[in-house]
Amino acid sequence: MSDLNIIVESFEKKFSNIKSKEELQNLKSEFFGKNGLISSEFKKMNTLNPEDRKTFAKSLNDIKNQITHQIEKRFKDFENQTINEKLKSEKVDVTLPTKITHNGKIHPVSQVIDEISSIFSEIGFSVAEGPDVESEYNNFTALNTPENHPARDMHDTFYLDKNKKTLLRTHTSPVQIRTMSNGKPPFKIIVPGRTYRCDSDQTHAPMFHQLEGLHIDKNITMGHLKGCLNYFIREFFEVKKIKMRFRPSHFPFTEPSAEVDIGYKVENDKIVIGEGDKWLEILGCGMVHPNVLKNTNVDPSKFQGFAFGMGIDRLAMLKYGINDLRAFFETDYRWLNHFGFDPLDIPTNYRGLSR
Amino acid sequence: MILTISWLKNHLKTSASLDDIIDKLTKIGLEVEGIKDSSGAISEFKIAKILKTENHPNADKLKICDVSIGGSLVVKVVCGAKNARSGLITVYAPPGAIIPKTKMKLKVAKIRGVESKGMLCSESELNLSNENAGIIELKNKDVKIGKSFFKSPGEKAIDLSITPNRPDCLGVRGIARDLAAAGVGRLIKLKTSKFKQVSNQSIKVSITKEKNQGCQAFASCLIKGVKNQESPKWLKDKIQSLGLKPISAIVDITNYVMFDLNRPLHAYDADKINKEIIVRNSKDGESFSALDDKKYILKKDMCVIADKSGVLGLGGIIGGTRSSTELETKNILLESAYFNPASIRKTAKTLSIETDAKYRFERGIDPNSMIDGLKLATELILKICGGVASKFSISGKKNYKNKSINLNSEKFKKVIGLTIRESETKKILGNLGFNTKSSKKIFKVKIPTWRPDVSQDIDLVEELIRIKGFDKIDFIEPEKMRTKETLNFHQKLFHLSQRCVSNKGYHEAVTWSFTDQKIDELINDDKNFISILNPISKDLNVLRRSIFSNLLFYLKKNHDRGFQDIALFEIGPIFYGKKPGDQQIVIGAVKSGQLNKKSWSEKTRNVDIFDMKTDVIKTLKEIGIKEDEMFVSDKTKNCYHPGRSGSVNLNSMNGPIIARFGEIHPSIISKLDFKEKNIYGFEIFLKNIPEPEKKLRISKENYVFSDFQISERDFAFVLDKNYQVGKLDKIIRNLDKNIKSVDIFDVFQGGNLPDNKKSIAINVSIQSDKKTLSDNDLNQISEKIIKEVENKTGGNIRS
Repeated sequence: MSDLNIIVESFEKKFSNIKSKEELQNLKSEFFGKNGLISSEFKKMNTLNPEDRKTFAKSLNDIKNQITHQIEKRFKDFENQTINEKLKSEKVDVTLPTKITHNGKIHPVSQVIDEISSIFSEIGFSVAEGPDVESEYNNFTALNTPENHPARDMHDTFYLDKNKKTLLRTHTSPVQIRTMSNGKPPFKIIVPGRTYRCDSDQTHAPMFHQLEGLHIDKNITMGHLKGCLNYFIREFFEVKKIKMRFRPSHFPFTEPSAEVDIGYKVENDKIVIGEGDKWLEILGCGMVHPNVLKNTNVDPSKFQGFAFGMGIDRLAMLKYGINDLRAFFETDYRWLNHFGFDPLDIPTNYRGLSR
Repeated sequence: MILTISWLKNHLKTSASLDDIIDKLTKIGLEVEGIKDSSGAISEFKIAKILKTENHPNADKLKICDVSIGGSLVVKVVCGAKNARSGLITVYAPPGAIIPKTKMKLKVAKIRGVESKGMLCSESELNLSNENAGIIELKNKDVKIGKSFFKSPGEKAIDLSITPNRPDCLGVRGIARDLAAAGVGRLIKLKTSKFKQVSNQSIKVSITKEKNQGCQAFASCLIKGVKNQESPKWLKDKIQSLGLKPISAIVDITNYVMFDLNRPLHAYDADKINKEIIVRNSKDGESFSALDDKKYILKKDMCVIADKSGVLGLGGIIGGTRSSTELETKNILLESAYFNPASIRKTAKTLSIETDAKYRFERGIDPNSMIDGLKLATELILKICGGVASKFSISGKKNYKNKSINLNSEKFKKVIGLTIRESETKKILGNLGFNTKSSKKIFKVKIPTWRPDVSQDIDLVEELIRIKGFDKIDFIEPEKMRTKETLNFHQKLFHLSQRCVSNKGYHEAVTWSFTDQKIDELINDDKNFISILNPISKDLNVLRRSIFSNLLFYLKKNHDRGFQDIALFEIGPIFYGKKPGDQQIVIGAVKSGQLNKKSWSEKTRNVDIFDMKTDVIKTLKEIGIKEDEMFVSDKTKNCYHPGRSGSVNLNSMNGPIIARFGEIHPSIISKLDFKEKNIYGFEIFLKNIPEPEKKLRISKENYVFSDFQISERDFAFVLDKNYQVGKLDKIIRNLDKNIKSVDIFDVFQGGNLPDNKKSIAINVSIQSDKKTLSDNDLNQISEKIIKEVENKTGGNIRS
């Protein structure tokens, strides 16, 4: 028995002095090797009588397990220590900058067109389009603006031929003509698109974007027009209520015609839409003139409805606080970067218009 | 149209406040653009006297004036006017005043080192006339130094924007009528004035009968023995309130009547008319000197007022100097005529003339106002200038009948969605001058001749709701229901591809649809321009035929701002003809400079063609083109570097072109004067992207996968240097269905290789869906690959 105690004592002593994995390995061999101290003790077992053997075996096994456990644990510690040292040496400076990625941006006009389409989609409008080059007939005559009508003065038109038969569309309204001439009512469309007028200053660009709306059915009244625009403006500016005023005006292609103002106030140099006692003109609209319906072979005694038009660039400016219209088209990288939108920021009905 | 409240009250009996009137004007569609000359601002302009002048020490043409501005106040003003002299009474604008002409706000400023407090004004600066030769010289003795120069301060002028359909509101009376109908007051009856009309009008007036005769009627009055003179104060004030310069009583009276009743008139010096008045069409090349000091050479068939010697003026547009009235004029012929709007407009447009009379006639004057206008003007002339008036003579059409429209009483409700009582309909229309009779739900409405815009029942509906008020209409909340798709395939493709490209690091630009002809030619290498007849400027004079023209132009601008390593794209129309529809939507993208500049971790390198190819192919994949449907070749276009550009065609080399990519042609780069010359671009032609069949798009192919051992084999071949390695992918794949992928992982030239050779390394993954392939199977496939590649390329396996 005392032999075993000596072995344990000797192990404890040596074990406490172990400094490396190699020494531990040697210690292990010393005790468990072929002629190791423990192994030798096991060999002794055969010489004992069965009675003693039993107790001896138990003690020996306990010692063996205890020592093995200690050694294994120490091996683990050495391993961990090595790994930790290695990892420590691998430490990097995570405050270094990220790799250079290039994030593109979506132009505010495109973003706003997507927002608008999303809003009108919900109330059943489809998107229609037409060419940028238009016939004088579609752009003016069919829209109840015959030649020599003073209303033509309101549009400074770019012409492509001397006879003034082809032009760059001055508004998106010719798409009304195209849609109605080529289809059967009901019609429920919006038309976002490029429009052109040869006019250029701080608030006018020779090219700008317009949104046309047209809803023709059997019983569409001015009440529907007011409701539709009120809904749109509310949704677009993401406000619950909007102050809105319809003023009589004149467009050759609608009768009655109205211009729409929305209420706003200025707070900290920023325009706040929807409240306040100032008015901002935002769009023109009206009930489609019977002459326009006749020109497109829609029977005005059976069908009626409304149309509206508004400036998309201006909507973008108001919503996103952009001051200068000309900057939209100047492709200044810094401007695009500042006012542009992340391409993954897609306006949708279910997720909302803006983040 | 300018309106003052005092003038309005000549026609409207009302106690409404200015704010109420402004509010009502807006509500009934007479848009208030602004309130001009509010007393605060305009009263700052003071009558002042120059006490003494001395020469400016540092400028020959400037004088330093001591100016008395009332009481004992004297200020020093630096003035450049030649007529600035001591004793002169003139108009002084203090610091803070806004000069009407320039809209500039005055500040105390040092002019050539001498401080000037305010300025002395010319008539031009105050918008009184075009007179800008010197400062105003006030001669009236009754002026008081220090008093406000502008009469009736506190009188505000409302600036109205009148829509083209409402010519009747280009006169104060028309506005008064609308306001009265809207409940702001009562329209005062026109006073019928009585004056003696002794003899007949003795100057013969004839309107020739010819095609396109622009004059329908010509009423006139001859007034003899007048004494023309400066207008009395009340009239001058009226004329000035319009922003016009008083000229003489006769001219001022004709202007007054025009703005009062919307009835343009013209006064001739009767003694300057050679025998008679002939209203006829002009002959080509005829000319006359007009009152705007310009000489006009006429085209055929313009409506002119002439005498035996030739053209006196353009009827309804502008008079001529030959017959103009002057202070010395003794006998005048007063014209009150009706001209065809279309004829007026055509003539004025051809000659680029803009006058108040033309503005009114082209919109449509009340033809029945000829006599009312003559009456009022004659009465005023007799009163102010004396003389004897003739009877009125009318040549041409004497009576204009009222049109009549039937209005169904249900129409209003049908269009507006609101009911209106019969009595209200009658009242509104009646107040607007429409005579209504109703029977069996139909109103028979007589249209007054001053309302040329009203021609059908819908126009009457507009009148009713306009006066009743749009605010009475309830909002009907839209139904949230969709029966048609919002976007069609190509619209969806547009939005998807836009975001796909942007997501690869490109900033979206929106540039003009037009461009500079020079750049257009450079990029398209021909002169088949699509020219704009009246471009905004000469460097935006053609429709763009390539998306690159403007993109490169703006890329250069960004380079000049110091941003060289950027990527831009635009999605939009390019044009190939002048007809509507000769256009297609394309995506154009440009990328320039270097990548990973200022990166601590990555190597800086130039952007290259394979960056563009990667972006293009990835975008095409994202928008639904499968890789094996794309055929890349070195077919190219002039705007690209011929050796560093390519095309992607659909389904075969000769299929529809869906994209191009490559380095922008160096000669374009150098002609556009780029300093950073490493510029690449790509184009995607969206119209050639086919719409997949619906079912194919939704249900995916069966997913087949194999769990058997995958083997990889590497091959190296020596090929002709010009061999297009891209072809090998399809060649090898087609050999055996067990070949799963082909990757080219090295291309090498030089070293021991002959100059005309290159070496490529290919990795091929081989896997069967049915079994683990044996060495034998694999060797057979390898041999097939070697044989086929050698065969197709004329190259050799590298041993």
